[in-house]
Amino acid sequence: MSSADSVIEIVRAMAAAMEEHRQELTRLDSEIGDGDHGTNMHRGFQAALERLEGMDTSTPSDVLKAVSMALISKVGGAAGPLYGTAFLRASSALSGKEEPDASDAVEAMEAALAGIKQRGKAEVGDKTMVDALEPAVAAARKEAASSGDVGRVLRAAADAAAEGAESTIPLVARRGRASYLGERAAGHKDPGATSTHLLLDAAARALGA
Amino acid sequence: MVGLVLVSHSPEIASGTAELVRQMAGEVEVRPVGGDAEGSFGTDPDRIKNAIEEMGSDEVLVFMDLGSAVLSAETVLEMLGEELRERVHLVDAPFVEGAFAAGVTASAGADARECMEAARQARTEPKLH
Repeated sequence: MSSADSVIEIVRAMAAAMEEHRQELTRLDSEIGDGDHGTNMHRGFQAALERLEGMDTSTPSDVLKAVSMALISKVGGAAGPLYGTAFLRASSALSGKEEPDASDAVEAMEAALAGIKQRGKAEVGDKTMVDALEPAVAAARKEAASSGDVGRVLRAAADAAAEGAESTIPLVARRGRASYLGERAAGHKDPGATSTHLLLDAAARALGA
Repeated sequence: MVGLVLVSHSPEIASGTAELVRQMAGEVEVRPVGGDAEGSFGTDPDRIKNAIEEMGSDEVLVFMDLGSAVLSAETVLEMLGEELRERVHLVDAPFVEGAFAAGVTASAGADARECMEAARQARTEPKLH
């Protein structure tokens, strides 16, 4: 993440991942949600790309803010406000930083996690995106302590998020539509935790990690 | 005067509830915001924000139906200017009954606090005696 351009590359990779996994996310969401998560995330990230194309010179913070506004406007459902808040908080955390380093990246992720937890009132174990993001942030923090490389930090986060998303399978949901399903939600992987993993994985890949 | 913004996943529920409130609380400003940006079921933060900003009332009570309507409204609240944000209140109450109680209370000239209290009471008011 050496400049705004690297962040734009990350957003492009995220948009490509949402396109590639659209059907998978929608399938997971039809099992326990309202079956639109893949379509919604794809639409939101396409809107983010359009917004970025219309922007002139910018900072990493500006890029993340533009993505936030696009997601809030276009994703719909609960995921729009949740991811929108995450990107908005990450944008604020990187405010004034032209060349964010590994510890800045960790701070941005911590801010995103705090935003999602505040907005969704969810904790680890509730079968939500927090189950992927909280361990991801912990892994990122640990990696940043020994490595100054943003790509490696994001890779550590993505791998922890993958495990976190898998860990939602046996859980009973305590937030969102799936919470009405009780035990029937157990046995299904949470779509929000899955998209969180896919986004972090795309971010790491964009930086060659 | 207190005004109401009604946020529902369904355009029909939002506009139907607004009509019901207007029927009994004619003077009160009521704006329905239903459905997502594509016109299907969901909520649309952009239109919620516009509706709140266009309200002529001194204070604005926002009613929400299901989970993501609450998330959208809370996100919008965070995006509003500080002066306006202080005059906007998200109400923790049943959608139809709460909006109805608040609207009628507002039409009697009550302030935001009294209208919110009336709306909250609608949650525990028994329907079968």
